[in-house]
Amino acid sequence: MDLYDNQKSTSKIKRDASVNDRIPDGLFLACPYCGVQMYNKQLGEHRVCAHCGYGFRLQARERVALLTQSFEEMDSDIEIVAPDFPGYADKLARAKSQTELGESVLTGIATIEDAKVALGIMDSYFMMGSLGSMTGEKITRLFEYATEKKLPVVLFTASGGARMQEGINSLMQMAKVSAAVAQHQEAGLLYLVVLTDPTTGGVTASFAMQGDITLAEPHALVGFAGARVIESTIHEKLPKDFQRVETLLENGFVDKIVPRPELGHVISQLVKLHYRAEA
Amino acid sequence: MAVNIGLKLFKHEPTPAEVVKKSREDRFFAREIIDGVFNDFIEFHGDRQSGDDMSVIGGIATLNDKPVTVIVIDKGTDIHDKLSKRNGSPEPWGYRKAQRLMQQANKFHRPIVTFINTPGAFPGKTAEVQGQGEAIAKSILESMKLAVPMISIIYGEGGSGGALALATTDQVWMFQNATYSILSPEGFASILWKDSKRSEEAAAVMGLTPKDLLEKNVIEYVIPESRNHPRVFNLIRKKLDDEFSLLNELSPEELIQKRRARFRAF
Repeated sequence: MDLYDNQKSTSKIKRDASVNDRIPDGLFLACPYCGVQMYNKQLGEHRVCAHCGYGFRLQARERVALLTQSFEEMDSDIEIVAPDFPGYADKLARAKSQTELGESVLTGIATIEDAKVALGIMDSYFMMGSLGSMTGEKITRLFEYATEKKLPVVLFTASGGARMQEGINSLMQMAKVSAAVAQHQEAGLLYLVVLTDPTTGGVTASFAMQGDITLAEPHALVGFAGARVIESTIHEKLPKDFQRVETLLENGFVDKIVPRPELGHVISQLVKLHYRAEA
Repeated sequence: MAVNIGLKLFKHEPTPAEVVKKSREDRFFAREIIDGVFNDFIEFHGDRQSGDDMSVIGGIATLNDKPVTVIVIDKGTDIHDKLSKRNGSPEPWGYRKAQRLMQQANKFHRPIVTFINTPGAFPGKTAEVQGQGEAIAKSILESMKLAVPMISIIYGEGGSGGALALATTDQVWMFQNATYSILSPEGFASILWKDSKRSEEAAAVMGLTPKDLLEKNVIEYVIPESRNHPRVFNLIRKKLDDEFSLLNELSPEELIQKRRARFRAF
């Protein structure tokens, strides 16, 4: 009979109520691309999925720390004046405190493995990297500065598209930046685009697709129209990976897909190939 | 004051939502505009890469006996025509056709006129595969390098990047009941407020009417509409001729510089 008493006592073991307090959030993550669960630290400093190589979305300042040996920020004081659309000012303030950025792009002069470049990094954590008038202004100034100083431009794109709250001004940024790209091109300078997850809408339809060389991070989503819009227009389901860069590469719109840890090396190599005479 | 009230009785200032509605009506057809404004239009087809998009009509014509390149986005006339033209939503090869004709105009020093009426670039499967984003990006970039005068006229809907691709020009004009916006009011309302039924409200805050856009210097001129279409076309012809003469006085470098400065201001 003792045997059964023993069994009775096991049912009295209680669930540890404080377990959620002791294990921090985000210890285990699911890869947004392949869905595999993994321990946070498996991602490593580059935040890359150990299973499929997808690069988790980075904030602009994190990327600067990973990619560059030195970085001197430009136009850090630029801010949008009078955002008069209802609720826009609050959204901006939240984005600013979250990302420590004044706008959805971080620009500056950087060295990437000895290569000096004008570097722009869009931040998808700042209002989904949307193209506001000051985003356009900062990128335009980056190109203008690079043209003047004869520097190559390296631009990491990440954007949900236009900034709705700014209306037509957001659309005009596509043209404004393009004009600066044209000027930079005519000076015979290199413009290198790195497509990162996600790059869509107005950014895809302008400076993301105007580079001399287009690199991309593995499995990044890149497209013009949103997948849901396409599906509701043509009334059919889109295949898996339809707007992933692997498909874009097949279709001829990307030069090379580079895993994040190798990006710095590839970029510096490409830059050096274009500026050999001066080096 | 009394006069103002009196005038208001007869002249109703349309609300933005009414302008949106009107801009989508078939007020002016593409072929009608081409025949009304220009003479001797000869249409050219194809982008020389992947096909011919019927929603972009392009070719050369004469404007008061001077050759010009004309590019028009067409929504179509009857239901079959509209379906085949996706209600004026160009495919990437439509934009590439436009690029080819613009390059051609540049080579032969012809001014370029574009007429725009599109809800936006077509969001289709093939369009994505063929690089809709790249097609628009290149149209914009190449327009910034052309050494010939360019004027674009939005005669219905000016929908987002699909319209901008043909509107990065020295001057942008709009018909009185046309719109030019980042997105349709329905899309705008569904993105910002998750409710596409609030489109009227969206239209009001978006600033998409010619009046709003003229104030913001997004456009240079509003073309008054009339039921008497030949009158509208005569006005456009005269105005185009005048402006092209002025733009032709600039050197190619000045022209490009001015065009870039126009967009730099935003």
